[in-house]
Amino acid sequence: MKRDDLIEYSLGAGHSEEEGKVIRKKIWFVTALLSIVTLVEVLLGVFGVGMGIPPIVIKFAFIVMTVAKAGYIVMVFMHLGDERKLMKYFILLPYAIFILYLLFLLFFEANALVPTLLS
Amino acid sequence: MSGEVTKVIDQKTLWEGGRSPFSVSYGKMMMWFFLISDALTFGSLLGSLGFMRHKYIDTWPISETIFTHFPLTHAHLPLMYVAFMTFILIVSSVTMVLAVEAGHRMDRKGVTKWLFWTVIGGVIFVGSQAWEWSTFIAGPDGDITTWADNATLTQNFYGRGFGADNPIAGPVQYSQFFFFVTGFHGTHVVSGVILNFIILLNVLKGKYEGVGHYEMVEKVGLYWHFIDLVWVFVFTFYYLV
Repeated sequence: MKRDDLIEYSLGAGHSEEEGKVIRKKIWFVTALLSIVTLVEVLLGVFGVGMGIPPIVIKFAFIVMTVAKAGYIVMVFMHLGDERKLMKYFILLPYAIFILYLLFLLFFEANALVPTLLS
Repeated sequence: MSGEVTKVIDQKTLWEGGRSPFSVSYGKMMMWFFLISDALTFGSLLGSLGFMRHKYIDTWPISETIFTHFPLTHAHLPLMYVAFMTFILIVSSVTMVLAVEAGHRMDRKGVTKWLFWTVIGGVIFVGSQAWEWSTFIAGPDGDITTWADNATLTQNFYGRGFGADNPIAGPVQYSQFFFFVTGFHGTHVVSGVILNFIILLNVLKGKYEGVGHYEMVEKVGLYWHFIDLVWVFVFTFYYLV
């Protein structure tokens, strides 16, 4: 049976020793970044309200930091940043559209839905 | 990542067949498809969590007052244990990406080493979650439950301002979502550990030396990173916000 898995794509992903050094450096940089952001999140969670920061600011800070972390994980760790541009949008756009639509529904229709579902 | 991905392809011939216009193999593409559908499931779970939270905005517990336990001590340490779990998962994600990188250099020893640590990290995470669950269900400080009259708990309040001084019961949805979302994620971690272990055995047997590439490590790596990615969101929307 003829396979539709073209092996040259798998073989072409390899890299040399020197390229590996650069890539590893980037990996350790992203590791440090993710750890620091997580630490900031935890500190903000524990001491944020006590320091008098408005809760709404804390919440949005959490969301911004989370999306930043997610971006680094997807783009660097999952190598999506190294894929062809077409592939990138093919993965990210449908997901973004659907999930934003879902959130839109939940946030804007909740007033109508809650009495129907729960009362 | 050099090679096939960065190779210049004439735009005119890109879609004429005989090659993937995305420059990825079939297996990797299918893994991405699976991850998108899985991400939609998690997205809807966290979305409905937000929905319930707004419904019960007055009695929804504040996470910092619930997640204060740490093994071997009764000290009040808000968020420390879950921060530890998050850190473990991030580190195991890093060892996974290092295994993938070693695979790209056909470095079998490197792949074995990093994949081994990834498996260990996953096991530690699942174990931590087991401890967390058992503490909440039946531990001496058990705070949250899905049953309002759970007799196994010495205190069965899981509401805002938890404690004997302020015994206002919160909505049961809080703990239902807690066990469902972290449980669903935990199931993913368990299957991820099993997959990583199988691939580790294959690496030890030298299977991928014969195949000529370590793309299988990259594929299970995608799944493992996805688990880390989901946890980043669960961490924020359950424990922090």
